[in-house]
Amino acid sequence: MTPKRQQRLTIALGVVFGTAIIVGLVMYSLKQNINLFYSTTQIVNGEAPTGARIRVGGMVLKGSLVRDTKSLHVSFWVTDTAEKIQVDYTGILPDLFKEGQGIIAQGKLDAQGIFQADEVLAKHDENYMPPEIADSLKNAKPKTEQVQP
Amino acid sequence: MKINMPRWFYQLASPKWSYDFMGILLPWFATAALLLLGVGFVWGLVFAPPDYQQGNSYRIIFIHVPSAILAQSCFMLMAVASGIGLVWKMKVAHIVAKSAAPIGASMTIIALATGAIWGKPTWGAWWVWDARLTSMLILLFLYVGIIALYSAFSNKSSGEQAAAILTLVGLVNIPIIKYSVEWWNTLHQPATFTLTKKPAMPPEMWLPLLVMVLGYYCFFAFLLMARTRLELLERENKSSWVIALINEKI
Repeated sequence: MTPKRQQRLTIALGVVFGTAIIVGLVMYSLKQNINLFYSTTQIVNGEAPTGARIRVGGMVLKGSLVRDTKSLHVSFWVTDTAEKIQVDYTGILPDLFKEGQGIIAQGKLDAQGIFQADEVLAKHDENYMPPEIADSLKNAKPKTEQVQP
Repeated sequence: MKINMPRWFYQLASPKWSYDFMGILLPWFATAALLLLGVGFVWGLVFAPPDYQQGNSYRIIFIHVPSAILAQSCFMLMAVASGIGLVWKMKVAHIVAKSAAPIGASMTIIALATGAIWGKPTWGAWWVWDARLTSMLILLFLYVGIIALYSAFSNKSSGEQAAAILTLVGLVNIPIIKYSVEWWNTLHQPATFTLTKKPAMPPEMWLPLLVMVLGYYCFFAFLLMARTRLELLERENKSSWVIALINEKI
């Protein structure tokens, strides 16, 4: 390589690593703003802004789902296994929504500490399997509860 | 410090040598792409078992994941080519990067569109501004910007240099896309396949997916070489080897 090319190579590498460092620092300082949702522990600890529209993420607590028979109103608790928050929602739920499923709800915390959601999204995890295997897994170890983040 | 690059590196710099070399490889990649994509499509869409939660709607993964992988691989290839083009002032390298850009942009659009179609029934939303989806959208904008820069200058080599610099700057987005699902809370699920862990998917699902990914790579190589050869002919239309080639065909 000629000295001229080495110089240009240094500049090119400088551009790549320079941007990496700048973007890295910017993202580090914006860390909290890039997160899509707050965990229930963060909300209970008061880390989430009050009165603003926020998202809460967690698992639907088993046995907590109450459906109104006359309307689309539902109420359930979300948990990250440490803390839990009650969520009220009126509307259509996604297909994957069920007890034990990871979900993300968008809305506001009211004065009673109940989360008034206007949108509920189901979070899918990275695991895929055929139905037969899922059944056999369920039958094989009925006592161990799988905990998903 | 004196570093000597291998001989083939300088051979690649010759438009004629590159044109001929790609001409030899082209039919092999075309055949491989046709076979792999054909097998992968039928295997994935018909024979692979349904998912226990999503049923059949998960099958869009056989398009979505290869497109997303290729969108990022294409960008990395463009960054390497642009870097070589900038450092060694190698015209062929710039032409490779230029030819790859529209393919990468298309792959990004396919990944975003299939993701939205899958997201509506599964998550309940077409689009969510989470880190993975947003960084992927930025990748699309980068591609569009790079494509625009190539033709934004009346002097072709100025456009190539500007586009090459944007490609190098944009490279920082690739690790962000990859690790967005680990660094932040996102709606998008983390990777099903990692180098260190067993895939979170049975072989009868990931084997057709692997076939599709390989097929996509072959298809990409085929498209890239075909486009590069065309661009080489266009750019070298006054040189003796292109004129000789045309006389030969007539």
